[in-house]
Amino acid sequence: MKRLGLCLIGLAVVGVLFAVLMQPAAAAEAKTKTVVIGFTASQTGKLNVEAIRQINGLNLWMEQVNAAGGVKLSDGTVVKFAAKFYDDESKKERVQELYTKLISTDKADFLISPYSSGLTDAAAVIAQQYNKIMITAGAASDSTYKKGYTLIYQAYTPASRYLTGAVDLLAKMEPKAKKIAIVNEKDKFSTDVVNELKSYAEKKGYQVVLFEGYDTGATDFAPFINKIPADVDAVMGGGHFADTSTFAKQLFEKGVKAKMVALLVAPPEPKFAELGDAAYGVIGASQWQPEAKYSPEAAKKAGVEWFGITVEDFDKTYKTKFKEEPSYHSAGGYVAGLLLENAIKKAGSTETAQVKKVLDDMNLMTFYGHVKFDTTPKAHGLQLGHDMVYTQWQKKGKLVNQVVWPEAAQTAKAILYFPR
Amino acid sequence: MLNQLISSLTDGLLLGFVYGVAAMGLTLIWGVMTVINLAHGPVIALGMFGTYLLFTHLGVNPYLGLVAVAVFGLLLGFVIYGAAVHRVINAPHLSSLLATFAVNMIIIGLGTAIFSTSPQNIDFPLGSLEAGFLTLPVSRLLATVGAILVTAALYLFLYFTRMGKAIRAVANNRRAAELMGIPSSLVLALSFGLGTMLAAVAGGLIATFFPFTILSGGPYELKSFVICVLGGLGHPLGALLGGLMLGGLEGLIPTFMPVSWVPVVEFGLFVLVLLFRPSGLLGAK
Amino acid sequence: MKFWRQPGFWLPLAIVLVWGAAVLVLRQDTTRETASTLMMSVALASSLNILLGYTGYVSFGHIVFFGLGGYTGFYLLSEHGWPLYFAAVAGGLLSSLIALLVGLAVLRLRGAYFALATIGINEAARAFVSNFSPFGGATGLFVNFSAYEKYGGAGQALWTTFIYLWVTTMVVLVVSFLVKHSRFGLGLLAIREDEDAAMVMGVQAPRAKTITYVISAFFPGIVGTLYFFKNGNVEPGDAFQLHMSIEMLVMVMLGGMGTVLGPMAGAVAYQGLRGYLLTSPIFKELHLAVAGLLLLLIILFVPAGAVGWVRSRFRSLRTVLE
Repeated sequence: MKRLGLCLIGLAVVGVLFAVLMQPAAAAEAKTKTVVIGFTASQTGKLNVEAIRQINGLNLWMEQVNAAGGVKLSDGTVVKFAAKFYDDESKKERVQELYTKLISTDKADFLISPYSSGLTDAAAVIAQQYNKIMITAGAASDSTYKKGYTLIYQAYTPASRYLTGAVDLLAKMEPKAKKIAIVNEKDKFSTDVVNELKSYAEKKGYQVVLFEGYDTGATDFAPFINKIPADVDAVMGGGHFADTSTFAKQLFEKGVKAKMVALLVAPPEPKFAELGDAAYGVIGASQWQPEAKYSPEAAKKAGVEWFGITVEDFDKTYKTKFKEEPSYHSAGGYVAGLLLENAIKKAGSTETAQVKKVLDDMNLMTFYGHVKFDTTPKAHGLQLGHDMVYTQWQKKGKLVNQVVWPEAAQTAKAILYFPR
Repeated sequence: MLNQLISSLTDGLLLGFVYGVAAMGLTLIWGVMTVINLAHGPVIALGMFGTYLLFTHLGVNPYLGLVAVAVFGLLLGFVIYGAAVHRVINAPHLSSLLATFAVNMIIIGLGTAIFSTSPQNIDFPLGSLEAGFLTLPVSRLLATVGAILVTAALYLFLYFTRMGKAIRAVANNRRAAELMGIPSSLVLALSFGLGTMLAAVAGGLIATFFPFTILSGGPYELKSFVICVLGGLGHPLGALLGGLMLGGLEGLIPTFMPVSWVPVVEFGLFVLVLLFRPSGLLGAK
Repeated sequence: MKFWRQPGFWLPLAIVLVWGAAVLVLRQDTTRETASTLMMSVALASSLNILLGYTGYVSFGHIVFFGLGGYTGFYLLSEHGWPLYFAAVAGGLLSSLIALLVGLAVLRLRGAYFALATIGINEAARAFVSNFSPFGGATGLFVNFSAYEKYGGAGQALWTTFIYLWVTTMVVLVVSFLVKHSRFGLGLLAIREDEDAAMVMGVQAPRAKTITYVISAFFPGIVGTLYFFKNGNVEPGDAFQLHMSIEMLVMVMLGGMGTVLGPMAGAVAYQGLRGYLLTSPIFKELHLAVAGLLLLLIILFVPAGAVGWVRSRFRSLRTVLE
């Protein structure tokens, strides 16, 4: 017993000495601070294609901002950013466990959302419960921002505005079109998109001949495709990359004769071209394309402040680092970090309350487009300023993705899906 | 409307043949040794991956690759039987259920580690066949042909070979078969192997037209349960008929109600059949 | 037999009591989160044990009660503003009601057929809820963040939920013990050993099984409501996960089915192992495979589970390790 006591005392002494000796040296001239940005990414699982693009964008931003010397706060501290992230395996319960861990154990200062509205919804609750700001990318569902949160900010154009432009485009392409079939994934994002799409289409005089949803992870779309009437004019819907690609493939295999096929998330991704003939003529709704015309000059003309990298530089540096074309998911990831950088810089501090104030007042033009958040209590954090563009795969020898709508951003005119 | 009905029914029946092959594997194992193989799903998924890997890494035609996948399924069955089932074959049902379930977890765990859960695809487009107003993807037609061939082969084996007869004898009455000199352990292992072989082949066929992950076997395992109960546990022919029934239902139901109600009907039917006619259509063992 | 005199009664109860108290005293979010996960597992595993351990009926789809009860409770509190405690109990009662209705039919089946039927019920319930608009259909239900104000803000609400969970876990353990050591429980154990013989000896098997099924469904319903409230939302995909059902099964088998301490030990061991594997870089991918291997070894070599094995080897510990 006595020996045990002596051992314990000895250990305590060593422990104290250790603690004393490990005290950091007195601070040098300019203090640096590392701000931890926490997030989960679906590196595996069904959302991995889009999610990897998103974290590539975010990591590119972080690399560039740190290389440029970080952000200087009002008290002279220089802030550099570090990422702390985990693989959420595209699973909701992992997201909630991991964000709690990021906040409590890893002491993340700011959070970025996972990819997809479903996972972001789960993360947002945790962020708000622990009073941390979260910038969301890849999370378009409007419903997330109508739940009374005050610290969640959306970079993407909301779901409700995703496919309404496709209806306008259809009117231009084929004025005699009357019938639209809608088949979508039954998750929050796609459901929000098609609910708004249906009411918009009906308001414009179209007849929605099919309005059904498939379970997340569905692989057999034949039951739905069989229900599409032979004389349909347009097929719209989809969900995320994996299921939408399969849906597009099966639409082609079953020889659907619609004049327009407009789908979510998958068509703007470069990987969609792997479908070959099945991809030809498919229209996609995109948050951003490399052909976008946002620039400091355009910002000046619109009387809005410009911040950050230009479209050309983003395209170039992304391609160099990742050896692939950036998609709108990449741009979303990048801009999420960019917005945080701007907010911290303007606030001159990393305090949540101060950064929040800047975000609430934000009215910014970036390479990604115009950014402005809704600050009404009912829809706090919803993206107001940003717009969608529509792309279509057209064959110019080999498949090329063109911007076909709105006309101001067009690089080519839209073509019919059928006849080809 | 009629066109749509015929189109849906055709799609459903084509798929039903493949479901039937998967279910035959499950029902064979049950019939011979009264074990419900809860590793059925992951074996189907391994069949999917087998065909995929042979195609992408060795350039083997997916349909020809099925032969290799079948052999792999057979050997896998021997391994699972020896490792997990043999010791608990005479124990209460709970033990064999949990033992095969443990194998399920092990395969999924290893599979997730090796392949991750990102979806994969076999890129082997074969186009579609137009028959009047029907448009049938060739891959699905070939899968049905494959399923029919496999069923025929199974029947020839069970009824015209010595080993097949031994299996049927053990299924009928294990004690009596042993008394007649049939090595029951070997026969049991072989039956289990046949069961997993059928599952793997079904998986390979499905992989030719649907994307898949290591977790894709789950839904087909559930469908196999429904089919086996419909057709009668222990009857391979019942499984095939059950598969066609289920495929047909899956094709017909969406014509009359939203597609998302199909699982409710499927599982509702499953529970009802279990309650009121557990021996299924052809009677169980 | 005065149950409050038996050490076997106090041991599991004391462990949970002290553990929960420690978490409350330390007031740290991370410990609370870990403890919540563990206690939830203990409660679920113990509930399953009341059916599986005592009657021998294997329910592969037991999670359906967690899902249906949780959905109901969450619906009441998010759409109708019920206080958490009442909503949770209502959820539990609904689960019990479903168990009663379903049990009357399904408990007539034996062995593997029963197991399959429970899977079918779970899948049917999930598909049904996915189409049921009052429950939000496929996109589920959520609480508006301001709902947490009623409990003194989000932070306080999380602590309150933990306390309810803590109390529920203790109640499950008590009920589990009482069932086991009652005459009713004796009848259940007889059913487990040989149902036909038990009936010949006068045990009213159908009635006993149904009552047990009802009891075993009540607590998962409560736990479900608490869990979904903590997460702020629920979707069909979260509420009816077959793999959660299987984990419950593994925990009961690991610890020792038919004992009170067993499911608790199994839950702690399983979650501990899982937690370790998930954060270790080598094993992160393999946690399911390791759990499967563990289950297989237990089934093949130690079917009585950890507590069961200890009880058979060290007879003197029997009164303590129930």
